[in-house]
Amino acid sequence: MTNEVVIKTEKLTKRFGDFIATNEITFDVHAGEIFGFLGANGAGKTTAMRMLCGLSTPSSGKATIAGFDIYKQTEQIKKNIGYMSQKFSLYEDLTVTENIRFFGGIYGLSDKQIKEKSDTLVQQLGLQGELKKLVGSLPLGWKQKLAFSVAVFHDPKIVFLDEPTGGVDPVTRRQFWDLIYAASDRGITVFVTTHYMDEAEYCNRISMMVDGVMKALDTPANLKKQFNSGSMDEVFFELARGAKRKAD
Amino acid sequence: MADVVLQNIVKTYNKGEITAVDDVSFTVEKGELFGLIGPDGAGKTSIFRILTTLLLSDGGSASVNGYDVVNDYKVIRQQVGYMPGKFSLYQDLTVEENLNFFATVFNTTIQKNYDLIKDIYVQIEPFKTRRAGKLSGGMKQKLALCCALIHRPKVLFLDEPTTGVDTVSRKEFWEMLKRLKQQGITILVSTPYMDEATLCERIALIQNGKILSINTPEEIVKQYPKNLYAIKAKQMSKLLHDLRNTQLVDSCNAFGEFHHISFRNETESSKTSLLDYLKTTNNQHIELKQTTPTVEDCFIKLMNRNDK
Repeated sequence: MTNEVVIKTEKLTKRFGDFIATNEITFDVHAGEIFGFLGANGAGKTTAMRMLCGLSTPSSGKATIAGFDIYKQTEQIKKNIGYMSQKFSLYEDLTVTENIRFFGGIYGLSDKQIKEKSDTLVQQLGLQGELKKLVGSLPLGWKQKLAFSVAVFHDPKIVFLDEPTGGVDPVTRRQFWDLIYAASDRGITVFVTTHYMDEAEYCNRISMMVDGVMKALDTPANLKKQFNSGSMDEVFFELARGAKRKAD
Repeated sequence: MADVVLQNIVKTYNKGEITAVDDVSFTVEKGELFGLIGPDGAGKTSIFRILTTLLLSDGGSASVNGYDVVNDYKVIRQQVGYMPGKFSLYQDLTVEENLNFFATVFNTTIQKNYDLIKDIYVQIEPFKTRRAGKLSGGMKQKLALCCALIHRPKVLFLDEPTTGVDTVSRKEFWEMLKRLKQQGITILVSTPYMDEATLCERIALIQNGKILSINTPEEIVKQYPKNLYAIKAKQMSKLLHDLRNTQLVDSCNAFGEFHHISFRNETESSKTSLLDYLKTTNNQHIELKQTTPTVEDCFIKLMNRNDK
């Protein structure tokens, strides 16, 4: 982790009519940091993430992502980030090789770069025997690990992970976090949401969204101290139980 | 008497290429809250679909409330409530219309069974004229539960009702299940969240179509074969790496604030040897203490045993 700031927001806000989905959130994320973005359903996480990825224009406030302006330079933002979610990650009806080539190409890598990098990737994940298989036929755990590796294939500044480990078995879930640590060691910033509170502990810092507002932001240890609780589960419960919104 | 019985159930897909359910047998007693715990792809949904008569198994037999899932499927359908993992209500009908529809299909009325759903329904009643498709995740879940209950089923099948739901709503949902159990309804519920296992009376741990263990959560934890320790240090990723590189340690898994470890051959000097090793590898602020295994520890242990 370094002092370089890769995500900087100031009073970032998104309104849908009268409804304020994300309300004046201000925070910095540093290069190589693993930043946990937590909150109850309906707290405004997805809206905030869509803005940070350059997919949705804010109503007000400022932000730069990897040094690019969130209003004017959304195309540059998209080139400098990776994204993976539980719902969408890879094309199920393409093979492992085809998916790697497709995403490598989308992110502007040359054929030579794709070839070199995919050899390393395949070896790391032990996918040598599965290259010609359709991604749809792989076990979920492998799919998610491959999806993550593809999301950081072009060495983005930041990778956004939206509940990457939902439904994954406990062993694979831990292997997945090994990949996150490795990416962070390479200097990639990891911005991650999760419903598993043990995973919140693996983050350098955690933010908690409640009703569109960023209610807390600190290291797991400091948050537990602040709320006088033994686990992140209790911290989450303390912060979220006062929530008025019960949306999704 | 057992309300749900599975005997050697097998289900394959793709002409036998994929075995989703591999010789599964278990029973759920009348009035029991039974949990099927396992990751995606473990075979949980196939089991639910076989028991609710929506899917035929390739082998074995199963019965619900004494009726055979193949021969007596019509009777079973009258007597069970099923909440699939995927939201399956009519998106373009309102909350009230959906509930009314399901009541009518089962030849009953909302009024007749209102006492059963009252606790849950009052929470979504303010939105009764809203279309189901426009509801939030938590409210969809509550409506789906009401619709599955409106004909007063004897057995309730809930397939991953809490997936993707935040901690607070998950706790609320389990409170609702406890109240339903008190009304005498048998409940079979599945979940990928290991921490929810302790809220069930008995659980079956399932992975790759096979049952790893069936027991009460307390017994499953008791059967953990070794002493388990929690350890932390200043740099947790370095600690994990060092723990994996010593012969002293048998298993080592990250568990939130701590890593959980067990020793290969535990003796009285094991702890001291490990602490010495960790000091020579430059780990700082080491804290080591014995801990009680969680269901997740047991699941990992059983998974590894099955792989070997």
